[in-house]
Amino acid sequence: MKSVVIKVKRYDGKKTWWQEYKVEAPSEKVSVLDLLVKVKEEQDPTLAVRYSCRMAICGSCGMVINGVPRLACQTLLSELKAEFITVEPMWNHKVIKDLVVDLEPDFEKVKKVKPYIIRDIKEIYETDKEFGQKPEELDKYYNFAYCIQCGLCMSACPVVATHERFLGPMALNAGYRWSADSRDQGWKERVKIIDAEEGVWACHLAYTCSAVCPRGVDPGFSIQLLKAAMLRKAKRP
Amino acid sequence: MEILRYDLVIVGSGIAGLRAATAAAWASGGKISIAILSKIQAMRSHSLSAEGGMSAVLYPEKTNDSLELHAYDTVKGSDFLADQDAVQVLVEYAPKEVRYLERIGVPWTREPDGRIAQRPFGGMSIPRTTFAADKTGFFIMSTLFSETRRFDNIHIYHEHFVTKFIVENGQFRGVTAYDLRKGEFKLFYAKAGIIATGGAGRLYRFTTTAHSTTGETLGYALRAGMAIKDMEFVQWHPTALVPSGILVSEAARGEGGYLINKEGERFMKRYAPQRMELAPRDIVSRAILTECMEGRGFQHESGMCYVGLDLRHLGEERINKRIPFIRELAHKYAGIDALSEPIPVRPAVHYTMGGIHTDTWGRVLTADGKWIRGLWAAGEAAAVSIHGANRLGSNSLSECSVWGRLTGEQAAKYAMETPALPSPEEKLVEAAKKEEGRIFDTLLHKEVNAPSPYEVKRQLNDIMEEHFGPFRHGSAMAEGVAKLKKLREYTSFRIADGSRVYNQNLKDALEIDGMIDLALVVGLGAYARAESRGAHYRLDYPKRDDVSWLKHTVAYLYGGEIKLTYAPVTITKWKPEERKY
Repeated sequence: MKSVVIKVKRYDGKKTWWQEYKVEAPSEKVSVLDLLVKVKEEQDPTLAVRYSCRMAICGSCGMVINGVPRLACQTLLSELKAEFITVEPMWNHKVIKDLVVDLEPDFEKVKKVKPYIIRDIKEIYETDKEFGQKPEELDKYYNFAYCIQCGLCMSACPVVATHERFLGPMALNAGYRWSADSRDQGWKERVKIIDAEEGVWACHLAYTCSAVCPRGVDPGFSIQLLKAAMLRKAKRP
Repeated sequence: MEILRYDLVIVGSGIAGLRAATAAAWASGGKISIAILSKIQAMRSHSLSAEGGMSAVLYPEKTNDSLELHAYDTVKGSDFLADQDAVQVLVEYAPKEVRYLERIGVPWTREPDGRIAQRPFGGMSIPRTTFAADKTGFFIMSTLFSETRRFDNIHIYHEHFVTKFIVENGQFRGVTAYDLRKGEFKLFYAKAGIIATGGAGRLYRFTTTAHSTTGETLGYALRAGMAIKDMEFVQWHPTALVPSGILVSEAARGEGGYLINKEGERFMKRYAPQRMELAPRDIVSRAILTECMEGRGFQHESGMCYVGLDLRHLGEERINKRIPFIRELAHKYAGIDALSEPIPVRPAVHYTMGGIHTDTWGRVLTADGKWIRGLWAAGEAAAVSIHGANRLGSNSLSECSVWGRLTGEQAAKYAMETPALPSPEEKLVEAAKKEEGRIFDTLLHKEVNAPSPYEVKRQLNDIMEEHFGPFRHGSAMAEGVAKLKKLREYTSFRIADGSRVYNQNLKDALEIDGMIDLALVVGLGAYARAESRGAHYRLDYPKRDDVSWLKHTVAYLYGGEIKLTYAPVTITKWKPEERKY
């Protein structure tokens, strides 16, 4: 057992304050999420925090831990080289309560880039065929399909911080993922949306998005691939 | 209280719920209004934790596979409790669904010629599990969620916790929900409904399932007059990571991984000499626990006994290409590199074969077999039943997609044939307002002497682990049932959070409230079933008994008490035989 102090930035709809909790960690291998759930269940049931899968795949528990946007379930005590753990809600988002932020504006931005296969929809819904895909075609977009929509990239992006309409790394990465899929025919349609001041051109190449992505998606790179494809006037990125 | 009117309300946003939505949207030509209610953010449902794959006979001419063989494997895997007509529907529609998912963009792992790759899985006699590396559930989930964005008539309600199903005179009328983000209460008044809320792994403590997989809606279903079928059949997945319980996919064994005890021996040769590590899950789980009980397991610092999942002989390239997530999870949460050490694993609760009693097409039935008009159930929340007493790995993703589609299409047709909803009558609005009062006035302003929901959940988990585990005994279960009945006497909880906006404490109490009833259904069904079949294993009745027990358990609520009745199993082709692997 190790005693840990965890300091949480709280918000109840009216005021913001920092609150400290002392918890016993059964081992160094527990995650920050494990500790927060322990606080909720044993000390302070008023603490609000989103969580679900606890294995870094559902994307619920994005927050800022010791100054870095991370998933709480993916951050183990043993990785934090600090006496104190400070936890605050994701930056660049409206806080609903405590560590819970409003991600719906992010989801709406993703929707704007049409995150689905664009081609004759009857082919999708009224046939029973396979479009088919070679392994090398799969490789073109595969890594970018790992996005779990946790919002950490949006939280870390310095452009998102000051430019509300900027589509941001989460949506632009989706724009790349779907356009680069050999089954998709929607590149021209998506170019109209992302070849804009609030699209790819607002990106300053800070690459903080890629630095914090818990799934290694590298949205900074997908944005550059989109720019390159537009400049080359390519048929697809 | 806000009243929203919809043609179709889908409760749950996993693969079954999302697939139901896209099927209904297309089948209605965009004409009906569809609401998806999720108690979490809709793209985060537990379907995404599925790793290994989705079963389907895709290329029978190339692989010598057949629908008949897939059906037989499933029936045998179920220990002959599956309804064989429903299994036939599964195997016929599964290939169509894999191809549908291919057309909407799932990044299936491919063969060099562009065909979809397939891998071996437990209890499947031919490799027929299609996969997207070892994040199959995630990729299907995220692709389907994206696909719903195509349809303007699908409205997604994130973080809307359903508190009650409203059924009047045998007809579905809608649901009430607590909108966490806004702190408001809503009535979703609808023509048709589909329940797709998943399983109930969190009845237990050591489980692969997400924190949100609590199953309270099945308890609520009982209260609305629905019945719950075969709930005593709880699946333990053989390989959960020690000590967290995080899933290590069966794909590890499908790709050739071994299970070894502390003597370095592949012990499965004693339990399933032909299929070895790829025997069905009930058999492999009991084998691991037997090794532990007989002193041949490893001991973890947490006190847990475990065995080794050995992937070392597979080589780095195969592991990185086909099961990279397993390597990542073992490294992160167990601190080992699967290239050089076996992964510490033991069985954990993974899946509930039982669920809401439905017919072959997913129509929700009462205990006496009447359809609750306008209501369907799909996925893990439903018991159709295709899994019987034990589900084969990779049949669940197929089930979710197949019955998501089938129920979505039926509900769309039903909604189009039903006249437009009039304004809700006074009685319905009153019922919803009464429910709002129960949530916001009664529950939220509770006397301080009631127990905390977390304390009750701890007790519930203790009871389930101790009395209704993988090895059961009549006397221990009788004790467990008595404890559960005592737990059920708690009628209120101490809710420390007095706010309405994002009151997770209140939501947690609502979950526990439904879970206790469901746990009792598991307990009563297990205690009554005096035989061993599939995942239900009794030390005092170690043999299957087809004379007395080849039947489905059907639980329902009568006068506040849970009662049991039984329904016949549909057998079309395969008579029960000895189950050997």
